[in-house]
Amino acid sequence: MPSVALSRRKLLGAGALATGALAMPAWARGADLAHGGMIRAGFDEVSGASIDLIVGEGMQVVQGQYGHAVAVNGSVPGPMLRLKEGTTVSLNVHNTLNEDTSVHWHGLLLPFHLDGVPGVSFPGIGPGETFTAEFPVRQSGTYWWHSHSALQEQTGHYGPIVIDPAGPDPVQADRDYVLLLSEFTPMHPHRIMDRLKKGEGYFNYQQTSFTDDYPLDADERRMWGRMRMMATDILDVTGSTYTYLANGHGPEEGLEFAFNPGERVRIRVINGSAMSFFNVRIPGAVMHVVAADGLNVRPVPVEEFQIGTAETYDIVVEPVGEAMTIVAEAMDRSGMALATLASRPGARAAVPPLRDPPLLTMADMGMNHGAHGGGGIDHSSMDHSAMGHAMPAKTTAPEPMDGMDMSGMDMRDTSKLPPTVKVGPGIDMVATNPVDRMGDPGIGLDKVPHRVLTYNDLTALKRNDDPRTPSRKLEIHLTGNMERYMWSFDGQKYSSVTDNPIRFAYNERVRVKLVNNTMMAHPIHLHGHFFELVNGAPEGFQPQKHTAIVQPGGYAEFDVTADEPGDWAFHCHLLYHMHSGMFQVVTVASPEAA
Amino acid sequence: MRTALLPGIAMSALASPVAAQDHSMHGSHGEPAQDQTECEKEAARHRAMGHAVPAGECAPPESPEKDRAEMDHAQMDHSEMDHSQMDHGAMNHSEMDHGAMHGSEAEIPILPPPPSAGSGPPTAADAIWGVDAMRDSRGALARDGGGMMTSGLILDRFEYRFRGGEDGFLWDGDAWYGGDLNRVWLESEGEGDFEGGVEDADVALLYGRAISPWFDLQAGVRQDLTGPKRTYLDLGIQGLAPYLFEVEADVYVSNKGDVTATAEVELDQRITQRLVIQPRAEVSLSAQDVPELGIGAGLDTIEAGVRLRYEIAREFAPYIGIEQEWKTGGSADYARDAGEDPSATNYVLGVHFWF
Repeated sequence: MPSVALSRRKLLGAGALATGALAMPAWARGADLAHGGMIRAGFDEVSGASIDLIVGEGMQVVQGQYGHAVAVNGSVPGPMLRLKEGTTVSLNVHNTLNEDTSVHWHGLLLPFHLDGVPGVSFPGIGPGETFTAEFPVRQSGTYWWHSHSALQEQTGHYGPIVIDPAGPDPVQADRDYVLLLSEFTPMHPHRIMDRLKKGEGYFNYQQTSFTDDYPLDADERRMWGRMRMMATDILDVTGSTYTYLANGHGPEEGLEFAFNPGERVRIRVINGSAMSFFNVRIPGAVMHVVAADGLNVRPVPVEEFQIGTAETYDIVVEPVGEAMTIVAEAMDRSGMALATLASRPGARAAVPPLRDPPLLTMADMGMNHGAHGGGGIDHSSMDHSAMGHAMPAKTTAPEPMDGMDMSGMDMRDTSKLPPTVKVGPGIDMVATNPVDRMGDPGIGLDKVPHRVLTYNDLTALKRNDDPRTPSRKLEIHLTGNMERYMWSFDGQKYSSVTDNPIRFAYNERVRVKLVNNTMMAHPIHLHGHFFELVNGAPEGFQPQKHTAIVQPGGYAEFDVTADEPGDWAFHCHLLYHMHSGMFQVVTVASPEAA
Repeated sequence: MRTALLPGIAMSALASPVAAQDHSMHGSHGEPAQDQTECEKEAARHRAMGHAVPAGECAPPESPEKDRAEMDHAQMDHSEMDHSQMDHGAMNHSEMDHGAMHGSEAEIPILPPPPSAGSGPPTAADAIWGVDAMRDSRGALARDGGGMMTSGLILDRFEYRFRGGEDGFLWDGDAWYGGDLNRVWLESEGEGDFEGGVEDADVALLYGRAISPWFDLQAGVRQDLTGPKRTYLDLGIQGLAPYLFEVEADVYVSNKGDVTATAEVELDQRITQRLVIQPRAEVSLSAQDVPELGIGAGLDTIEAGVRLRYEIAREFAPYIGIEQEWKTGGSADYARDAGEDPSATNYVLGVHFWF
């Protein structure tokens, strides 16, 4: 065990730029918001038995661009809640806006009516109202909070949560930082939604063209055209409008995390973005992934990992040299958030350029043929020379098109869908042969020359408490129409199924299979529960998460024990997908009903 | 159980400096070897680390289930392990083919929820906050969950037409309001010249309904704003065809019983991210002569053109282009009788605009 004195109480939230000022900002004292109510970048730490959160608005400036922000306690991100496992906390949310607001405590186990989803768990917080969520803190780890009202989350209404364990922390580090990744845009989120509805590829300035450098031949280009799809449709909203933020700071604004040579640094990476997946790496360093979605996992050494919207990963690194760059590149490589591990103020390491944008592959279309597919267990092809590299996912066709002749392929054979899926214009694709893609490192990372995390690498550190085999399986299809920008579960937008929630009996254990019939990766979040990824981890040690990426054209499975009664939101955590209908309510019956 | 955090010892691997960890093995196994052999090597490495690996661990798998058990590191005694010397590369779980280990899917039946899961709409929050208190937010959530309405206006073509002395103008635009699948459309198209004013213009009010992921069926009324001001029933289809052709086809029945039709197709081809070349063609057909409108039975007119636009913003793209129009058959005769040229070449300068 390390002999270094623990200093985890000095969790340094906002890095070197944190002001630490906790004084009530002017706008919260009644200052004119419209004229000079400026929002600070970075966040404070708040703790104690009773915590006040004041939701307000103002102007945010990122690298010279102005945008309207809905912010909590006057900063973006809002304050870091520092909680302690085993205590009871009162979170008092004061709404100074002229519209409703809410706070969802993402990943926290609590009574459903405090979960903060208007229309599911509570009525919302009206203008001038205060809502108090008082609950015992039953867990530890890295989480976050955000608005669940309208599109406020896009404009700055989010912040980190760090819960210290009641006992010793198995993760030992000399320094403990939060890196919250998000986006800034000067565009109003309603306008973003509107543009997504109206213009296919509106934000994509990396489309195929006569003059692009993409490794696509004429047949492949025609094939994409025939399907009426875009091989470059990686993220819906891109760096063309987003500036990617590290703890509220743009890449040119120089967020620093201090370290002394020889120290081990824990970084709690939170993807608090509205619409972005990030590829995170620290060139030259090995990152040991020690927790996923707040819960400890057996350490996994990697050199890069993809973090989906709303996921969290804790990593431990031992920086060397004067400085190291933390790169969080948007999955479509249209921009990056940056921070520096600096051994002295101002120290900088090289910033790698953005890599070439990736293309969607056969596997992303749900095209997995016998030779590759069905889990692809061909032991003779196992190549241990790849040691030190992520194993190429067997379920992923290595080349973008793999030379396939697609002319005879029906990309929308709705007879392959179960009767629970409502077939209609809202479904533009059916995965022909969806396979388990939890061994996939994520779009664009299947061929990088270093180790990349996959879900199959995750193993719970602590034995799970429910050893039962699920009594039934529930298959849910992720469906969409890119052209109309419709997103749904089982072909039905939430607006069509408000009276038909997904129902679980109390304490029922269910295996949920999420089949992705779209060409986008969806981070699916279940409120109020952790579920276990069915990822081949040793019996009893399936990793628990609150958000799971379902890769395009593939499926992911999790086991969930429905032991938190009440109504819970279940949705894609891409904000505009949720807002387009990819949302459902999970109803867990009360124990009395059992 | 905090005491169950013993794998925390695994964490102690992190206590040793990362730099001291041996990653030199990476890439050193040159040849793809038989799986079993590699497994033996792996087992040998584990044993060298003081790690109990049962004999037979590398026996050929008999079933996925068996395979899973065999690969189960939980069976190994991690507590014996001195992780500080460990090659993390060698321990990299990603090297193992977990695909083989995924369990027991076949054994779990797809079933509906048991009766104790209850039925009906979600009402848990009503019991806490009251039905009335929840009503507004439930409605708002439904609207926010896919019930959104949009409205928009697009001027596909709005252009000045140079044609040797008789320069003209043209507009072709749509406005709509509605949801993802059902929309009300107001469409208008017209042209004229700067001496004679508007020569030919119409407006249509249509209800459109999605009939496939990419196509809408539209039905409504079209009103001519020029000439004898005919009124038509309009039945059309509009959407995106394979290979990204934007197509629109309409059949019209006039208040005089005349049947006509139009079909147009456009294709946006990106030269760069902002420079787009758009070939476009349109044909008009008629089931009968309509002398008042100068339309002959059969193929009436053909238009073929190409426009090159630059998207200053997606919503605002000035363009230049050329378009050729031909009247054919009877329509050409009517044109000649009226002293007009049945074919015309237009050099166009315009803007493609939407919001």
